[in-house]
Amino acid sequence: MGKQETDKDETTRITRRGFLKTMATIGGVGALSTANDSLGVEKFTGSPDRYGVLADLSLCVGCRSCEEACNEINNLAPPEAPFDDQSVFDETRRPEPNSWTPVNRYPNPKEENKPIFVKRQCMHCNEPACASVCLVGAFTKTREGAVIYNEDVCIGCRYCIAACPFYVPAYDYASPFYPKVRKCILCYEKRLAKNEPPACVEACPMEVMTFGKRKDLIKLAHKKILENPDKYVDHIYGEHEAGGTSWMYISPVPFEQLGFVTDISTTPYPEFTRGFLSAVPIVLIMWPALLIGFYMWSTRRDEIAEDERRSGHE
Amino acid sequence: MSNRTVEAYAVRSWIREKLFLGMTFQEYLKSLITPFNIIVACILCVGIPFYVWRYLHGLIAVMHPSHDYPWGLFICFGLLGIVPLSATGFIMASAVYLFGLKEYKPLVRMAILTGFLGYACAVAFIFTDIGRSWRLPYPMFISFGPQSVLFLVAWHVALYLSTQFVEFCPAIFEWLGVDRFRRWALVTTIGATIFGVILSTLHQSALGALFLIMPGKVHPLWYSPYIPVFFFVSSIWAGLSMIILVAWICTKAFRQRADDRFLNSLDNLTVGLGRAASITLFAYFAIKIIGVAHGHHWNLLATPYGWWFQLEIFGFVLLPCFLFAQGARYRNVALIRITSIIAVVGVMLNRLNLSLITFNWNLPHREYPKWTEYVVVITIFTGFILLFRWMVNRMPVLTEHPQYKDMH
Repeated sequence: MGKQETDKDETTRITRRGFLKTMATIGGVGALSTANDSLGVEKFTGSPDRYGVLADLSLCVGCRSCEEACNEINNLAPPEAPFDDQSVFDETRRPEPNSWTPVNRYPNPKEENKPIFVKRQCMHCNEPACASVCLVGAFTKTREGAVIYNEDVCIGCRYCIAACPFYVPAYDYASPFYPKVRKCILCYEKRLAKNEPPACVEACPMEVMTFGKRKDLIKLAHKKILENPDKYVDHIYGEHEAGGTSWMYISPVPFEQLGFVTDISTTPYPEFTRGFLSAVPIVLIMWPALLIGFYMWSTRRDEIAEDERRSGHE
Repeated sequence: MSNRTVEAYAVRSWIREKLFLGMTFQEYLKSLITPFNIIVACILCVGIPFYVWRYLHGLIAVMHPSHDYPWGLFICFGLLGIVPLSATGFIMASAVYLFGLKEYKPLVRMAILTGFLGYACAVAFIFTDIGRSWRLPYPMFISFGPQSVLFLVAWHVALYLSTQFVEFCPAIFEWLGVDRFRRWALVTTIGATIFGVILSTLHQSALGALFLIMPGKVHPLWYSPYIPVFFFVSSIWAGLSMIILVAWICTKAFRQRADDRFLNSLDNLTVGLGRAASITLFAYFAIKIIGVAHGHHWNLLATPYGWWFQLEIFGFVLLPCFLFAQGARYRNVALIRITSIIAVVGVMLNRLNLSLITFNWNLPHREYPKWTEYVVVITIFTGFILLFRWMVNRMPVLTEHPQYKDMH
């Protein structure tokens, strides 16, 4: 219970709205009296000082130092091939249980001998789909911006993996007793909570990534694009995708050519189920009323038929 | 005879009557050697080791370690496919107890048992699928994620499983011959039925609502803001078809367990159920078309996925709708029964299409369930068929208990 209390302080709208939904889902009646409180929550934009990372894809040379730093700080098993092995770029990799931030290589249509490298990891959504779908509340969007995971309550339903629009979380299928959902947590406990940048950012020799307050990074990205209109595509991936993310990219090549999910809505993903969930308390209250009505109607109909039969006989 | 011998005799005859169908243990064992049972034994001998393997070596032992398709057959067939087929209980109970269609009473217990075991089967599949099975009760007692649709599903499936158990209790108490409990259980009928309808409405639709958050992964022809309504409406015709089908199987497999009341009324009731299924299928077909129109997806109908979609809604929705109507009009019971198979396959096809076959349609690669998943699915399903048979053979499901005839 203590854990839950602290989560409540840290989370954005998820937990407060969650309280409402608890009432709605279990109690039904309780929800209506607190419904007005939720209106204030609708416009909540997240903790204003939360951190983020801006990755400039024009700078990455594919050295995979970030991957190595990530495996080290998170105690992930080392890969079969060493980190300086460039053959991994022959195929596209997605985040896996022991590889939270794979780097992929894509051809550069502008300069053929200078391919584009894209580091993937959790985007740390402002309103994460994974957190909203978790039936035990194992994910938390912290005040600092990281989306973190609590393995102590996770049952392993993998709805988070199905729901993530960025195809990020991965599951320990090979672990019989302690399987976990694995994904980047922005080095939350070891670094971010102490206001330090994640390990990958610090390990990068090319300074591809800039760590800072998300609102400042957006300004920085716009400034870079404005000052170098020929160098960058006029788009900050992550500014609006899925309602905005803490991790953002700018790129010299259109994002759809770099394996990014681009058919993604700007709507925060929890919104997609909000309508359904708000109908739940209505059904809980109206159905019994209707059904009791039907029941009374059908028994009354039988009574009338019985009466008529009797009076007909007399 | 001493008291002890009398007691021992009473226990032995009780076991013989209640468990061994009035035979001695040796006779009972002998009666079990049938072709059907031999097939079942083979299935279990192959399947159970795989099941044990899954718990010793993790999920990877029976399924692909896929991060793009986290849900395989256990969820897409075992939960999403079986739950609509288990709508039998709430449909029959509400028809008889709430809407006053009392002529359907002979089918109520069979429908509730089908529903109850269907849900138990779905829970068994969830138990198998989740990474840490032993944490299944966590969303109820330990940690709450009430903003999740799955949280609602978990609570409602658990509550509905319990509700159906209560609804089936009179049969169990009649079998055990405990009259006091039976009367107490009957008092709850109306309340349990209403509660069951609420829970069913919400979780049948919630299973569809699980996918509302995946607009980029579910194919646009299957994705719609109306998914919850589609799932609920299809659960009604699926449940009706399942009642027709299970009743038909019961007349073949358990004829000696059914009384005249059941056997004599069944043709009429099958026709009535077929008519109801036809109407709901038509309504479902109409809202599916509205779903396509609402999403402006007409152009997608002429793509390979579109042909597949058309096969589903014409071959497995409109066709059974038409055949049910024909069967009801000409009182062709055989046609209605055959059609119920098409409809049952149809609802499962819909769930598998949405959650597995066309899922991640825009990814460059496709993944399909590993063969071992089929083995485990068949094993679990077989287990529940055995349980169904065990209960129908012993409890008054297809018959009124002679002691309680004409009582409510």
